[in-house]
Parts: sequence; structure tokens; C-alpha cells
Amino acid sequence: MSALLSGAIAFALGCYAVASVLVVIRLIRGPRAQDRVFALDLLYFHAMLVMLVLGIRHRSDTYFEAALLIALFSFVSSSAMAKFILRGEVIE
Amino acid sequence: MTFLGKLVPAPLLSAALFALWLALARSTSVGQVVLGLGLALAVPLLTSALRLTNVRVRRPLVVVRFILRVGYDVLLSNFEVAWDVVRWRWRRPRSKFVIVPLDLRDPLGLAALSMVTTVVPGTVWSELALDRRALLLHVWNVGDEGAFVARFKARYEEPLREIFE
Amino acid sequence: MNQLPLWVEAAVAALLVLSGLFVVISAFGFLRLPDFFLRMHPPALAYTFGSWCVTLASILYFSMIESQLVLHPWLIIITLSITVPVTTLLLARVALFRRRAAGAADTPPPLTLRRDS
Repeated sequence: MSALLSGAIAFALGCYAVASVLVVIRLIRGPRAQDRVFALDLLYFHAMLVMLVLGIRHRSDTYFEAALLIALFSFVSSSAMAKFILRGEVIE
Repeated sequence: MTFLGKLVPAPLLSAALFALWLALARSTSVGQVVLGLGLALAVPLLTSALRLTNVRVRRPLVVVRFILRVGYDVLLSNFEVAWDVVRWRWRRPRSKFVIVPLDLRDPLGLAALSMVTTVVPGTVWSELALDRRALLLHVWNVGDEGAFVARFKARYEEPLREIFE
Repeated sequence: MNQLPLWVEAAVAALLVLSGLFVVISAFGFLRLPDFFLRMHPPALAYTFGSWCVTLASILYFSMIESQLVLHPWLIIITLSITVPVTTLLLARVALFRRRAAGAADTPPPLTLRRDS
């Protein structure tokens, strides 16, 4: 792997790390529950992006499945939490 | 309904499931093809109670053009919103809620419209009136409300009505 | 391991850098903007452009490495474009509902049923 590509991968991973830190600040600050749910959803999403970039870095296909699973889990958990703070119960 | 129509009640869904299975398995060996065919036949039959209406997509050409247009709009709107976020300190975008009167009635068309509006960064679908006659959108940057509504209706609602109604 | 041509590496690197930049801008906007509905816009940057770039980069990279067309990363884009609107829409509903319940001033009233037309 050339220096160009590994540099770009390191840059992208660093960007995701910084973005996750910013989102965690929003997660802590709130102010309302919907901000926190949205922040959690974004954190899941950043984890998925990290998985995809790691797949490129290690030339491995296995990371792709992990990324897809994280995307699905984020969907389920975020919508369940959104339902919960909307009505106070998950399953109607 | 013909026998084939009963066996494959939703051909689009079946095709999509088959393609999804092969893409996930990443091989076209006989075993995977058989498994994928089994899934594509079984799942639409088992979930037929969950689908409210059968999808009938007319005018595939309009669909393709619509998808390309949405992709283009997403790209443009991405750069616009990113630039506005960067210069937030110096210049604020004029964001506000806009009420769009709707002519689209089909539930699938409305679902597609909601997908489009949430995927495009500049707009967030906020609320649909109970009688589906109006829609509350939060728009990132809107100068002239009437022009925005006209553009929105011509660009997204018209093709969706052509496709679904 | 076969060596990739330079233009492929440059394209993959450019896509990754672009995606990183957009994700940082979206997170920055998400932290910075003052109102919840304003804050709903920047994450869409990451959800669309950020993920598209990474997916295109991995399609390009794996296609060149395995010297055949690898299309399964498209599944990420398709999955995201189905799941993300649902979450976003639910959260927008939640925000409107809770803000109306709390009596926030800058929240529009519910769209009323117009029986006249």
C-alpha cells in the first residue's frame, strides 16, 4: 500500500474520530432527549464508516458485513428509542 | 388472478430479494442461486399480509430520471449546506418551516416523497397533515417561499404522481 | 499482492478525504447549530455524501484488487437510504410533539384538517 493511500486512510479515520468527539459533546450537552437519540444514531453511523475504511485498509471483505450489521442495529435502536420518547412505550 | 400471479404476488420484491441474496452471498454457485430463489418465492408469500397495496410502477424511464435527479440534488444540496455550516459565524441561512400543499395521495408515493425530502440535506420532512393535503417541511435556506413550493412540487411531486398514480 | 495503478489510489484517497471532511463538517454543524430542527440538516451530509464517498471508494478499490466488478458495497447505500429517512422522520415527529407539549414558542401549530376543500 502506497503512502498516499495509507495517508488518506489515516486522515479519514482521524476525521471520523474528531467527528465522534464532537457528537459525544452534543450527546452530553443534550439539551433534550431527541438530541441525544440523534447523537447516538450519528455515533453508530461513524462506527459504520470506520468499519468500511478499515476494510479498505486491511483489504478484507469481512468488515463489510460488520458495517451492514451496524447500520441495521442503528436503525432498530434509534427508531425504538424515538418511539419510546414519543409515546413512552416501544411497541404499540 | 393467474397461477403465476399467485405464485409471485410481488415480482419486484422477489427480484430485489434475489439480487440482495446473491450480493450478500457474493457468489453465483448453484446452491446460492437455489437458496436465493427459495427466499424470493417464500418471503413475498409469507409477508403478503404486511403489504397494504401492490406496487405498480409505471413508466420505468421516469423512475430512472427521478432517481438521477434526486442524486444530483443531493450532491448540490450537500455542498450548499456544508458551505453554509462552515460560514455559519458570518452569514446565517434563512431557515424556516414551509407548508407545502400536496396533490399526491398515493401512500407509496408519499413514502417515496418522504424518503427524498429527508435524504436531501436541505429539507427535513416534519409533519404530514392527517388528511394528506399538506406537508410541513423544515427548509435550510429559503428565500422566496412561493418559488420554493412551486419548485418542490414540479421537481419531486409531479414525477411521483406520474409514477404511482 | 498486485500493485494498483496510481490513478486508482489517488481516486480512492480523494474519495476518503472528501468523506472525512464532510463527516467532520456535519458533526461540527450538529454541535454548533442552536436549534434542533437546524441541527437535523447537517447529519444528512454525512448520511448521504459521507457514506457515498466511502462506498464508492471501496467499490473502486476492491474492484481493482480482485480485477472484477465488486458491487456489494452498494448494499450499504441502499440500506442507508431506506433506514435513515425512517429514523430522521421519527425524530422530527418526536421533536415537534415534545416541543408542542412543552409549549415552545418557535414551533409551528399542528396542520389542521381543512374540511372546506
